[in-house]
Amino acid sequence: MMERDTIAAIATGLVPSGIGIIRVSGPDAIRIVDGIFTGADLSEASTHTIHYGMISLHGELIDEVLVALMRSPRSYTKEDTVEIDCHGSPLVMQKVLEAVCHAGARLAEPGEFTKRAFFNGRMDLSEAESVIDLIYSKTDYARKSALSILRGSMKEKISELRKRLLHRTAYIEAALDDPEHYDLSGFTEELRRDVLQVEDEIDRILQTSENGRLLAEGIRTVILGKPNVGKSSLLNCLLGEDRAIVTEIAGTTRDTLEEQALLDGILLKIIDTAGIQDTMDPVEKIGVKKAVDSLSDADLILFVVDGSKPLTEEDHQIAGLLGPKTVLGLLNKSDLPAVVSKEMMEEQLSLSGIPILSISSKMGQGLDQLKTTISNVFFQGNISFNDELIVTNVRQKESLRKTKESLSRVLESIEAGMPEDFYSVDLMDAYGELGRIIGEKVEEDLVNEIFAEFCMGK
Amino acid sequence: MPYVEETYDVIVIGAGHAGCEAALATARLDLSTIIFTVSIDSIAMMPCNPNIGGTSKGHLVREVDALGGQMGINIDKTFIQSKMLNKSKGPAVHSLRAQADKAAYSMRMRETLQSTANLTIRQAEVAELLTEPLDAKDHSRAKKRIVGVRTFSGAFYHAKAVILCSGVYLNARCLYGDTINETGPNGLQAATHLSESLQKNGIELYRFKTGTPARIDRRSIDFSKLEEQNGDEKICPFSFSTDPSEIQIDQVSCYLTYTNEETHRIIRENLDRSPMYSGVIEGTGPRYCPSIEDKVVHFPDKERHQIFVEPEGLHTNEMYLSGMSSSMPEDVQYQMYRTLPGFEHAVIVRNAYAIEYDCINPNQLKPTLEFKEIKGFFSAGQSNGSSGYEEAAAQGILAGINAAMLIKQEEPLVIDRSEGYLGVLVDDLVTKETTEPYRMMTSRAEYRLLLRQDNADLRLSKYGYRVGLLSKERYDHVCEKERLIGEEIRRIRTVMVGSSEEVSLCLSSLGSVPLTHGMSLAELIRRPELTYQNVAPLDPDRPVLSEEVQEQVNIAVKYEGYIERQIKQVEEFKRLENKRIPENFDYDAVPSLRIEARQKLKRFTPASIGQASRISGVSPADLTVLLVFMEANHGK
Repeated sequence: MMERDTIAAIATGLVPSGIGIIRVSGPDAIRIVDGIFTGADLSEASTHTIHYGMISLHGELIDEVLVALMRSPRSYTKEDTVEIDCHGSPLVMQKVLEAVCHAGARLAEPGEFTKRAFFNGRMDLSEAESVIDLIYSKTDYARKSALSILRGSMKEKISELRKRLLHRTAYIEAALDDPEHYDLSGFTEELRRDVLQVEDEIDRILQTSENGRLLAEGIRTVILGKPNVGKSSLLNCLLGEDRAIVTEIAGTTRDTLEEQALLDGILLKIIDTAGIQDTMDPVEKIGVKKAVDSLSDADLILFVVDGSKPLTEEDHQIAGLLGPKTVLGLLNKSDLPAVVSKEMMEEQLSLSGIPILSISSKMGQGLDQLKTTISNVFFQGNISFNDELIVTNVRQKESLRKTKESLSRVLESIEAGMPEDFYSVDLMDAYGELGRIIGEKVEEDLVNEIFAEFCMGK
Repeated sequence: MPYVEETYDVIVIGAGHAGCEAALATARLDLSTIIFTVSIDSIAMMPCNPNIGGTSKGHLVREVDALGGQMGINIDKTFIQSKMLNKSKGPAVHSLRAQADKAAYSMRMRETLQSTANLTIRQAEVAELLTEPLDAKDHSRAKKRIVGVRTFSGAFYHAKAVILCSGVYLNARCLYGDTINETGPNGLQAATHLSESLQKNGIELYRFKTGTPARIDRRSIDFSKLEEQNGDEKICPFSFSTDPSEIQIDQVSCYLTYTNEETHRIIRENLDRSPMYSGVIEGTGPRYCPSIEDKVVHFPDKERHQIFVEPEGLHTNEMYLSGMSSSMPEDVQYQMYRTLPGFEHAVIVRNAYAIEYDCINPNQLKPTLEFKEIKGFFSAGQSNGSSGYEEAAAQGILAGINAAMLIKQEEPLVIDRSEGYLGVLVDDLVTKETTEPYRMMTSRAEYRLLLRQDNADLRLSKYGYRVGLLSKERYDHVCEKERLIGEEIRRIRTVMVGSSEEVSLCLSSLGSVPLTHGMSLAELIRRPELTYQNVAPLDPDRPVLSEEVQEQVNIAVKYEGYIERQIKQVEEFKRLENKRIPENFDYDAVPSLRIEARQKLKRFTPASIGQASRISGVSPADLTVLLVFMEANHGK
């Protein structure tokens, strides 16, 4: 039973070495990777060879990689298989996986590589049971991840868009079913406006999709604190944690720099305000002017105070700038005798409800707790931050992209002057794709909507 | 006392639209067949709306015809008005609807039955099924098989196959207000014994409900206040075998009127007197044919509801008020009907009523319409929980064919969702959980661009011919048509049209912009305003082709992109559909299958992975698990 399509997935979790492997398997695996890989002509390459080169999509360079090529049947799945070894940051892995999907691969279902290996005779019968268990456990895990990644607002938004599409389709279908009763004149123009609106909304979701952005771009983090509380050493400490994945790119905020740090799979994009010098300006003086500018974009503020000295007016001023952002209070210099306690910091600076941690950036103490806390705050601690989350995220993007494709086909049909019944198929495809994101099937929805909303029949 | 013992090949219980098609199919396939009815005068009776076809139902009639059935031919001979609906929409949703002369329709069908060899008509109530345990060597899932029936009068009839087509007659009762008649439609005798026998044989029953509006004496209607609705100028027949030139008759008119606030007030004020709302009716009604009470209650914001006024025939005064079925008491019926413009002095000939009846849970059937548990026992039509004459006829012919295939030990006929509305109808009935009388709708057919009423012959004639219902002559005609279509499509892809002044003139006369560069004729007719037919002047070498061939060429080329996409989807669908699950597959042997999936799969025993995928509660992961297990045990 040879499958006809080509699947892709992240084959590794996030391992400390920072290497990620994207596995592509199926009849078109080599052609698909060849399309986004520069370095060697893979179509000519012999089996079990490794090639160095670049992965890029639409002219945008994604990563430098090693590509391992295994021709059928000498691979795990017994199909043509390509493994792309890339850098292990979630950003890079997600981009590579997206590129592979864009080039024609389908995201693998949970356990699908193993399933293919099984069907292609790679494993013997006694292993069937373990394959079955694997499929269930992976499906269950992916479902839980998908559910937890979806914050309420996004789910609501998608449900609302689906409702609009369903209602429009139901109107068309009601009119087709009962043409002497429901009239479609003028409907097309209304539908066109609606479809354009839904397209816009999907673009917005793609742009603002909370977890998606945090994953793709990292959590925008600002370290805030008066001079000499240890901001620089905290930054170095965070960066030093895993130097292999740090890159330095020009920041978007004028002359500040952005650093990227990977903490157990969570990407922090740290806006470096540590180098700002004292000035006469009272605000600049406490070294927050630039930081204040970047506050509005921040996802996370690390508010640092010196725990070995009494709190000052400057600490109070900074506390007043925090606003409604996600804040972690850090009581630094825990290696020195403590003058300020967590309780004092919370009370005196009015930080109630904000987690406060003791750390020593100099000694590297308390960083594990910091990582756990960030993970809990941003990912509700429900899931460990790993490859499944990325897959879920890529899957959602794929669905949103396919939804847009279906909607543009509706618009094409409208432009081409097609009769209304031609819109329904694509509208329902869009409806189904959006449903996949929030884990809902189509089933009898359309018929139910027709009956619920339109008075039908003889 | 048992006294008559006769033996037939096939017994058909009921002579409505399902029963007639089923009995004609088996008799025409040379099987001795007896058809039972509670009244010979009710053969192919139309107890509700006086028309055949309509959206998606018209497709079914065409499909019945392509398989070699009778409904299309019968309506072509007895219609009094005909209209192709949705003509301004795409070809997939064009639907033919014909107003029938009810009495003539019924009489014609009776004549057909009477003149068919191998077919015996018998007026009697079937009271009991006769079954016996099945030989252990038999490989089907069934534990017993049908051997015949016993009538209420005590006569025994033996047969190799029995087809249940009991319509709405099982334990039927008709209600309006507090008037309850323990009868079938039109006061016909109900079948009050068979339900019990079905249950004794392990068959699960549902209680469904439907209704019909009052019939009004046409002399009491002021037609000047109604909008007249005419038929088509050029009438299109239902049957592919009917010559259109022979059915261009003088047509009668239908009319439109509307309810108003006064109608709704009367209904609202009398809701407590409706058995639907007082709780007397237990059955589940169809959302498709809500009573006027339901409409007023569920759509309180709607200021008016459209009422379609249809003649019941040429030799009756009765007019049918489509859109206003009701179970209100007689006095309320009078009040509410008289609020309609034109009906101020309406005289009721027959009251509106609701009817409750027993039907089977169709999930107990295979896609062949044979009961999974009782070999040789089939069921078709409204007794399967569907509604409508056309749905019934479609199931009837399929059940008849499969009863014949079983007896002849030939391959059963299963039509899948990509081949016909008939396939969608049967798959929905046997796979989805039914909660109301099922009506066909075009939105239920996911591949509807391919399942058009205009190409039913191209889709299904091969099956009609294979089973032996369609003559070689008709089948050859379809094959020839297919060949001509293919040839012409290939030809117009190579006919190039230039940008000459002549071409420009022709195009602008058709409201189309001139060409700036040459293109093929096939490309050109994708423009919305152009068709294969109207660009004929640009195509001097065009061969002489029949209208039906021209129509197919036009559709195939004009909508090529859409049709190709659907064909791809169908290929994907077929892949799963072709992964068959053995009939007595042991789901308990599959390790760690989720409990819900296991229960559902055991209950439905799907014929394929495709069918399993449509069972609610069975997930893609369950299917993978099933596939892995089936593969692991392959060849064991």
